[in-house]
Amino acid sequence: MGPLMQGVLTILIGVFGCVGYFYFSNLVLDRLIFPARNDDAGRNINRANAVRPWLFLAPALFALCLYLVYPVVGSFWRSMYDRSGDVFVGMQNYKNLSVDPEFRSAVFNNFLWVLIVPAMATFLGLVIAQLTDKLKWGGIAKSLIFMPMAISFVGASLIWKFVYSNDPNIGMLNAIRIFFGADSPIDPLQVPFWNNVFLMVILIWIQTGFAMVILSAALRGIPEETIEAAILDGANPFQIFFKIQVPQIMGTILVVWTTITILVLKVFDIVYTMTGGNFGTQILPSYMMEYMFRDDGRATAVALVIMVLVLPVMIWNIAQARKEMR
Amino acid sequence: MAELKLTDVAKAYGPVKVLSDINLEIERGELIVFVGPSGCGKSTLLRMIAGLEKISGGELQIDGQVVNNVPPAQRGIAMVFQSYALYPHMTVRENMSFALKISGKSKDEISQAVNRAAKILQLEPYLDRLPKALSGGQRQRVAIGRSIVRDPKVYLFDEPLSNLDAALRVATRIEIAQLKEQMPDSTMIYVTHDQVEAMTLASRIVVLAGGGIAQVGTPLELYERPENTFVAQFIGSPQMNLLAGKVVGTGAQTRIALPEGQGTILSNVPTRDSDMGAEVEVGIRPEDMIQTGGPDYAYSGVVEIKEALGEVTLLYFKKQQPEHDPVIAKLPGIHTGVRGRTLKMTADPAKVHLFRNGQSLLYRT
Repeated sequence: MGPLMQGVLTILIGVFGCVGYFYFSNLVLDRLIFPARNDDAGRNINRANAVRPWLFLAPALFALCLYLVYPVVGSFWRSMYDRSGDVFVGMQNYKNLSVDPEFRSAVFNNFLWVLIVPAMATFLGLVIAQLTDKLKWGGIAKSLIFMPMAISFVGASLIWKFVYSNDPNIGMLNAIRIFFGADSPIDPLQVPFWNNVFLMVILIWIQTGFAMVILSAALRGIPEETIEAAILDGANPFQIFFKIQVPQIMGTILVVWTTITILVLKVFDIVYTMTGGNFGTQILPSYMMEYMFRDDGRATAVALVIMVLVLPVMIWNIAQARKEMR
Repeated sequence: MAELKLTDVAKAYGPVKVLSDINLEIERGELIVFVGPSGCGKSTLLRMIAGLEKISGGELQIDGQVVNNVPPAQRGIAMVFQSYALYPHMTVRENMSFALKISGKSKDEISQAVNRAAKILQLEPYLDRLPKALSGGQRQRVAIGRSIVRDPKVYLFDEPLSNLDAALRVATRIEIAQLKEQMPDSTMIYVTHDQVEAMTLASRIVVLAGGGIAQVGTPLELYERPENTFVAQFIGSPQMNLLAGKVVGTGAQTRIALPEGQGTILSNVPTRDSDMGAEVEVGIRPEDMIQTGGPDYAYSGVVEIKEALGEVTLLYFKKQQPEHDPVIAKLPGIHTGVRGRTLKMTADPAKVHLFRNGQSLLYRT
């Protein structure tokens, strides 16, 4: 059987399997288990209605457990074992992490990333959204700024490797330095501390477009009259922006902010491709990648640490998004 | 001196002329209503006075000063928007104090002004609420309060009642009228498409049509002595009947023969000898139509539709030419069994208007 046939068959089984499941399980529930007949008719209808949502939710719940809950529990379990997975070591992996200076530096760097990247991307996105709103060529500017969103993190890193190249004939940063009279090129990615910022710039460059698009839509949603009323009240453009427009889209700003924060806690590609976590640029996801396949116990422990860090932001993000939708 | 003076004011969007030759003087303490069909430019004119739209031509004076290029906030005007335009993230108090805060007033001054306005508008219990926790009528009052605290020379209202339901609209209309009485020195300009609002609120009405002013006058002037057929048909509901006629007698009273009637009828509009035989349009309001059995009448027709409202009965006569509006009569009281009958209608000479080429013969020079 060719792969094409296999594909078609899978789709058919999948689709009809789903339809069949809902149809027949419903039928079984109504006809066999709680039939609406005889003396019990009324009570059976109520019982069937109480069971029905669970019946229909069951496949989704099953998939959720299989692909989300089980991996979390499994990872936690795995993080209690040593590198080969044979010996139970309890919390030893976590203890090792807590004394590893590289892990500590990764936590510190990650903290900086979470602080700087969402703030800068959201701020730039907001400013650009506002500035391009009334321009004739604002659409073109927006498309250009949005474009990095379509590039993979690895691709973006490669582009920025050129920018940061320590050959002034290739690297834009060094070319500018030389132009202003610096005598020798430097490798930006080896400048302590600042190399972290240079890596963050890449993610900011990618995420600004995302923030811009969402915030631009939110800005458009502000009733024009409130802005006109503010003009009549004598507010200047800055006051209108910060006191009238921004407060009205605060909910959206927070959703964008937290969404980027969650992303920041997961991105490893940029550090992995640019510095491999060397020169003091390690962050948690790339630290995890470093240990993956070598010491799965420790890598899963890091994964769980990341999950615990993301969880509160995630919950808050969803709560905000729900509030926005109301 | 006029509080507000418009001289040859015009507005054009590129080659499209929206308004032209607007000349108007508004005295202090007047409540002027701009009224007109949608798209006549009444809101645009208001926004030009506010400074939200640029004035393409002519001159706008407020309190003796040309303000064509003065920014909106310095014109001494305040505006109430149709959608209220309250700042949703600010409480009622913050909404009302925003303009004063921007202009750098002291805290005491601000709270005094806000409390005074809140008292006038009975908003005191709601000062710490957000706009979303208020009803439509309350929001409207906050929007008005936001204007009052600024103590402007001119208040601008842009269809402030159109977002309210019918019952609330009447109540708020009366509130605005009372508010105007409490502030006899403030000048107000009010835009609406609702002629009842215009008639009840205005000290003078400006009827706008076709990019210009059709007539300016007190509500009853517009009703009793319309300058042209547009104003005649725009003010009053149902609209005035216009019937073709021919002048057969001139003088202090005019005698007209109507092809759809018999004999002649009289109008108190005076005419000159030279008008003899002229084709005119005879305007009779539905409420001025009287049923007659005499030999002279203005119109005779078959009643096609009857609307009985109890207090009045509306009769729609069968159209004699399909392109004409049906002639309507509004008779007081209840009339039964008139449908399908042929009725003869006439009117009091004082209530018969005469127009020639769309212009009233009353205002000829």
